[in-house]
Amino acid sequence: MSTLEDFRRETRAWLEANCPPSMRTAMPDGELVWGGRTVEFKHEDQRLWFERMRDKGWFCPDWPAEYGGGGLSPEQNAVLESELRRLHCRPPQINLGIWMLGPVVLEFGTEEQKRELLPPMARGEIRWCQGFSEPNAGSDLASLKTSAVDAGDHFVVNGTKIWTSYGDKSDWMYMLVRTNPDVPKQQGISLLVVDMASPGIEARPIDLISGKSSFCQVFFDNVKVPKRQLIGPLNGGWTLAKALLQHERRAMSKFGEFSLPTHFDLLSIAGKYLPAQDASSPADVALRQRVYAMAMEEMAYSLTAQRMGEEARARRNVSGLMSIMKLVHSEQEKDKFEVLLDVLGHRALGWEGEAFEPQELAIAKAWLGSFAQTIAGGSSEVQLNVVAKRVLELPEGNAGKQGK
Amino acid sequence: MSLVYSEEQQLLADTAAEFLMAKSPVTAQRKLRDEAAEGGVSEGFDAALWREMVDMGWSAIPFPEALGGLEFGCKGLGAVFEQIGRNLSASPLLSSIVLGGSVIELAGSETQQAEWMAALIGGERRIALAVDETPRHDPTAVALRAARDGDGYLLTGTKAFVADGVGADAFIVAARTGGQPGEAGGISLFIVAADAAGVQVSPMNTFDSRNHASLALKDVRVAASARLGAEGEGFAALDAALDRGRVCLAAEMLGATQALFDTTVEYLKTRVQFDVPIGSFQALQHRAAWCYAHLQLARSAVMAGLAAMDDPALDAEARARMASLAKWKAGDAAHRISREAVQMHGGMGVTDELDVGLYLKRIRVAQASLGDGDFHVQRYGDLSLVET
Repeated sequence: MSTLEDFRRETRAWLEANCPPSMRTAMPDGELVWGGRTVEFKHEDQRLWFERMRDKGWFCPDWPAEYGGGGLSPEQNAVLESELRRLHCRPPQINLGIWMLGPVVLEFGTEEQKRELLPPMARGEIRWCQGFSEPNAGSDLASLKTSAVDAGDHFVVNGTKIWTSYGDKSDWMYMLVRTNPDVPKQQGISLLVVDMASPGIEARPIDLISGKSSFCQVFFDNVKVPKRQLIGPLNGGWTLAKALLQHERRAMSKFGEFSLPTHFDLLSIAGKYLPAQDASSPADVALRQRVYAMAMEEMAYSLTAQRMGEEARARRNVSGLMSIMKLVHSEQEKDKFEVLLDVLGHRALGWEGEAFEPQELAIAKAWLGSFAQTIAGGSSEVQLNVVAKRVLELPEGNAGKQGK
Repeated sequence: MSLVYSEEQQLLADTAAEFLMAKSPVTAQRKLRDEAAEGGVSEGFDAALWREMVDMGWSAIPFPEALGGLEFGCKGLGAVFEQIGRNLSASPLLSSIVLGGSVIELAGSETQQAEWMAALIGGERRIALAVDETPRHDPTAVALRAARDGDGYLLTGTKAFVADGVGADAFIVAARTGGQPGEAGGISLFIVAADAAGVQVSPMNTFDSRNHASLALKDVRVAASARLGAEGEGFAALDAALDRGRVCLAAEMLGATQALFDTTVEYLKTRVQFDVPIGSFQALQHRAAWCYAHLQLARSAVMAGLAAMDDPALDAEARARMASLAKWKAGDAAHRISREAVQMHGGMGVTDELDVGLYLKRIRVAQASLGDGDFHVQRYGDLSLVET
């Protein structure tokens, strides 16, 4: 690996030889591979691709090799990412641990924690979930109440977490807990990692307006957590949480590249359901215009994602762009499904059964699902606050002042 | 297709920014306006400034070297137009070069190119594109007739909203030699001298203080050699030239909108009411944040439009789609942000003392020029929709 160009050549050759052709296609719904104690593969190629990337250390290409990573430099990692994109390789696995917790452990963890937590993560052996939100701590995350009380060599955790994706299928959780209730709220929070198999933990899936979901509420009843599972300083968890949320934004954008949860092509669906131009009523024409405008908004968004990538590669500051991506995409999705419901008329109103085509039912579900998108992962209102304060640097108002 | 300026393009943008800030700031546009109001007919731009732009090579940017151009592409032009927008600078760069020059580049014979390209690029002559007849832009709606008359044609009809039409040396007139208004076929393009018998040019004083004109043509005789391209087949070159104009105008709107947005955010930080800066109110913060988001979406669309014009791998339809996307989104963001800018400036926003109104007016004219939002949504959709 004398130069970056050699590395590119070697990487390309390796990927061409090792990424099965079926893993170079767009990912159908439900074909994501989740790392964990038990990994489910839909077919052999998925397993091969998973194992080869794992053995190469390329689940975490830019982590140090001593912790199970690929040991690549940032430049090499960028080359690898561009080669993966070039070949349209699917991600070999999805793992919140690697994308979010891993970088925080690398930065804030003790040597012992790095050796214990990172290598299994890097081999995709542990499926991680995130315990941040609580029933009374949503947008105002720092008001969280789940407590961890010092009991000598361990903490005793009591409380509940909500909106935990795949809480019922995960092996470990990283979670924010209150370790001091008597100080301003950000100053009494700590970050723990917890084995979901510990006695006293129960994860219950949540039904949404769109039906079954991957979200769970997780209950903690006198759960013992060894003290060595505290990451970073006691009561210093808020800083780590902010770092985690930054990684979350990056992970979300990466996740978005691989597989957007809903891929309904507006123009082709409109072509199928709307009357032909020459048979269109004035109302059809007006609806058609809304379809076109919506498709153009979507195009402007995807061009913005492309531009953000280009600007990041040119080492320009993209924090402003990054801060609008979730906001714009989730709001657009909501608008898009409203248009789709209008296009399909009563064909979009089905819940289940033979009277509707699978795609029609999927559109109805996705419409209902779209409502969650502007709430989860930082509501649109929180995103707008972030843009106003961090990007436009508008002055702090009275509402939403933190630390009181 | 890259959506960021290359180093060279950025360098050009920086040079343009520096030059225009020194030579053509908004105060200069205000002065132009006030002088025109006192002194009658104006060409809407400062001839000395145009001369300097020409000397800097801006008029040569989009054309092939063989025609005396710099082959620096539409993205190079876009870098300049953004700065033009920021400063509201008036010049015939769009009318005579991007639109007029492009028609001659794309449809003209070698003789016609030899007669016009060097003169246009050198700024010695100025040409204006006369397309619109109806209040809303639609290049297929041409009704002005060109009837065969011996070895030439007789042109009769009217044109409106001709950018930089007052004082132009000649016009490229889109005329109908066949078909019906609404059809792309049957449109022919003619070069008509401004002083030809039967041509009447009248100023249309638009609220952006730029030069717009209406034309009345009555039995204007032109030779067959004045026709650009084949008879009845002028539309493709016309539309391709219009697309270049659309993306450059989109870049101008983007620059104007960015400047206006920056000013507005600054105002939100400094204007105090109820003992606090008004920018601390969430009702304004969220609206300002949405403006920012739309401005970013517009920038991506404009960059894609500019890049599409320069991409030889794209066909005419793909270019047309991207041009419509750019013009539509830039207009959409400009519209939202200019309206918010006035509102957020409160009472001061509706005074002539502030520049906000100058931006609002220019943006509103640019929105309507070369196709409004509805036009481009329809065009994008018609080029995209697959009926099954």
